[in-house]
Amino acid sequence: MSNVKQNKVISYGLAAFVTGTLFGGGLTLSQMVNPQKVLGFLDILGDWDPALIFVMLGALLVTIPGFHWVQKKEQPFFALKFLTPSSKVIDKKLLTGAALFGIGWGLVGLCPGPALTALVTLNTDLMIFVVALIAGMYAQRLFIRA
Amino acid sequence: MFEVISWSLFGGILIGLAASLLLLFNGRIAGISGILSGVFFPARGDTFWRVAFIAGLLAGGVLAPLIFQREFVFELNASLPVLLAGGFLVGFGTKLGSGCTSGHSVCGIARFSWRSIVATITFMATAIITVAIMRHVL
Repeated sequence: MSNVKQNKVISYGLAAFVTGTLFGGGLTLSQMVNPQKVLGFLDILGDWDPALIFVMLGALLVTIPGFHWVQKKEQPFFALKFLTPSSKVIDKKLLTGAALFGIGWGLVGLCPGPALTALVTLNTDLMIFVVALIAGMYAQRLFIRA
Repeated sequence: MFEVISWSLFGGILIGLAASLLLLFNGRIAGISGILSGVFFPARGDTFWRVAFIAGLLAGGVLAPLIFQREFVFELNASLPVLLAGGFLVGFGTKLGSGCTSGHSVCGIARFSWRSIVATITFMATAIITVAIMRHVL
């Protein structure tokens, strides 16, 4: 509980739940949760569907000013400090990881947020995908240790 | 087309709002791959908020279609080997590359992080090439 303010544990959990709900709602309404929609966006040689550019645009329209304003604050409401990544290195790990992620994303049309949100469909193929995704995370852990 | 763009923009704004509020309230980055992987590899015993956020994602998937009277559209047509390979690569790659579409493309770019900008260009490129091969070469 290191970073959570002492009497704010419940607020911290609630904030995570509410922001998760907004996030999942946004993914659903924008159809990011639909693998065929995502593949249509990535298929620039076919009948290209540009709609997802507007999802990205809408998100950045809020996060660019939003993050700038938030990070000027001394501390978050319910935590002691901001835990933002500090690394600035562009290394082989970053590039290889991003490249492999892109291949997986292009194969199925699902990235982690939409994959979890769409679990509400109880689709069996999606569950298989999510299990494989978690297995991939474990495999990466083993690979780094080796 | 106008309606499609409006829903895309609106959905994007909700995602941006969620990421900004998570940073304002809890000081955390809304990177879904990182949030998920932290459930399985807890570093400082901070699992509870991660589970709460993921539960929220599912709640959003149920509530948004009800509130806005929109259908939850989900079409997944992939064979078992493709599902397994795709899922594995997404898990392995996001853990190795420290992030996915949310962490790098929504939050990282907003922080003007070069790492995230380079990561976004890289995974967009390999995803586009993969789709091109799958749909137009094979």
